[in-house]
Amino acid sequence: MIVSAGYYMALAAALFVIGALGMLLRRNVLVMFMCIELMLNAVNLTLISAGRALNDLNGQVAVFFILVVAAAEVVVGLAIIVAIFRRRSTASIDELSELRG
Amino acid sequence: MTFTIDYLALAPELVIVGTLLVVFTLDMVLTRPKKFWIATAAVAGTALAAIPLVILGVQGETRSMFDGSYVVDEFALVLKGLFIVAAYLVLLMSHHYIESERYYQGEYYFLLLASVLGSLVMASSRDLIILFIGLELTTAPLFLLTGWRKGDAKSNEASLKYFILGVLSTAILLYGMSFLYGLTGEITFSGLAEATAGRGDEPAMVMAILFVIVGFGFKIAAVPFHFWAPDTYEGAPTPITAYLSVNSKIAGFVALLLMLYIALPGVSEVWAPALWILAALSMTVGNLSALRQTNIVRLLAYSSVAQAGFMLVPFAAAAVVGADLEEAFAATVVYLAIYAVMNLGAFAVVIAGARKTRSGELSAWAGLAQVDSRLGVLVAVFFFSLAGIPPLAGWFAKFAMFRSVMIAGGTTTVVLAVIAAVNAVIALYYYAKVVKTVWVDDPTGEFVEDVEAAPAVSLRLALWVSLALTVAIGFFPALVTFVGDASRVIAVGG
Repeated sequence: MIVSAGYYMALAAALFVIGALGMLLRRNVLVMFMCIELMLNAVNLTLISAGRALNDLNGQVAVFFILVVAAAEVVVGLAIIVAIFRRRSTASIDELSELRG
Repeated sequence: MTFTIDYLALAPELVIVGTLLVVFTLDMVLTRPKKFWIATAAVAGTALAAIPLVILGVQGETRSMFDGSYVVDEFALVLKGLFIVAAYLVLLMSHHYIESERYYQGEYYFLLLASVLGSLVMASSRDLIILFIGLELTTAPLFLLTGWRKGDAKSNEASLKYFILGVLSTAILLYGMSFLYGLTGEITFSGLAEATAGRGDEPAMVMAILFVIVGFGFKIAAVPFHFWAPDTYEGAPTPITAYLSVNSKIAGFVALLLMLYIALPGVSEVWAPALWILAALSMTVGNLSALRQTNIVRLLAYSSVAQAGFMLVPFAAAAVVGADLEEAFAATVVYLAIYAVMNLGAFAVVIAGARKTRSGELSAWAGLAQVDSRLGVLVAVFFFSLAGIPPLAGWFAKFAMFRSVMIAGGTTTVVLAVIAAVNAVIALYYYAKVVKTVWVDDPTGEFVEDVEAAPAVSLRLALWVSLALTVAIGFFPALVTFVGDASRVIAVGG
């Protein structure tokens, strides 16, 4: 059985929606991180399957760049969380409410 | 395919790379009393990067590299010049601020220069990957710089909020880009322009474009994607707030305009209404929220949200009626340049004033002009300029905006122009309120009156430069019209 690119796109869309919902609904910062990773990986999957379907390398090369940038961003994010943990031991975003938008 | 590297075209970026490596090394070598050399190196390197820019500008030819993915044309040069001048002013503001608060200096300048490098790369990017790299290089160091005051809970919170929303917006933007690629098989802007033309009725294309606009909406803090901005601006160290509201915002704008103007002009019927709504909402909500603010940094945060709305007006107006986008593009770039100068001036004044008031609350600023009339004059100049009162630079930005709207013509644009005009009046109220507080109101508390409270030399230099530019541009708008004219010479690459 040949799995067409459309199925991969649908899977990517599902991953993206799960990630987006997680960002909106979950309150733990670490879980929100994972949701962001899920969204970025949905992007990667879309790019790879589109590149495969179009028989074009650009999409697959783009994925490398996104992977590296995502890794760098996780480092930055974890550093910020560590800085917050040192002051107060909580990972809930609701407790961080000194600034009001 | 040729992959020769034009080192002169890349020279500004290379100088910045060299500078940040020097800064990084100096930080490891120098002992604490000698750390001021780090700031000196950073400032000198940034000034040095302007030299190849001038050489390239005098030559005036368009240089294209990597199959047209990286283009140095007059538009790119003008924006790189703007980024470097703005970065230079921010570095001058940072110097004393960072030193006196005893924070880590080396890393601060390293990260700031990395962000400047990102914005330089972005001005030249003509394909999706380089645009993405430039955008991330601009914002990622800023997540850390926002949280620079590690011991301060507000700073922590500001950086976490900025990080979460920054990364979320990146994911949304990338998802839109991956759809654009999937639909067309192109990553260069010139290829996208050909492949997308006339496909605005495909649902997937509409979705891709809306994702891209939402992603950029976060980056430029346009309503309804602005809610991170006031919190982040308030919690960040003030020089970084200035950088966020000028360099980072302009970088977001440049990326958005490059995408819409070069890559997606053929589907303007999809993004034009979205941009129209963003512009109208940003102006109105930004200004109405600014009216209620009691903290001067938050007031400037909402003011910069509203200014983003004004900047979107020419493009939204021209695209909605299908008019030529060139005029709108030039008007937006002129607005960006003037906004950069006067907003940096306003933040420099806030930093200088906060040394005397020890507070960002507007009530603490009451009667400041009675003890320091020069500072009072500066407050008046920059805030009236932001309001757009002649003969200060701001009037010409507003003039260029309204002129391009009038050239576009049509009912929907007139409606947008009326909204903009009403908002310009609302904005005058809260800018004037700051000036009134400083000049007319009686002091409520004591001001700090010692040597420590006097602005440092570097800060004074930043104030003088932005003051000179603000007044000079106001009297001789020809100084910036070349910025608009240069942006007409934009190479699509490919």
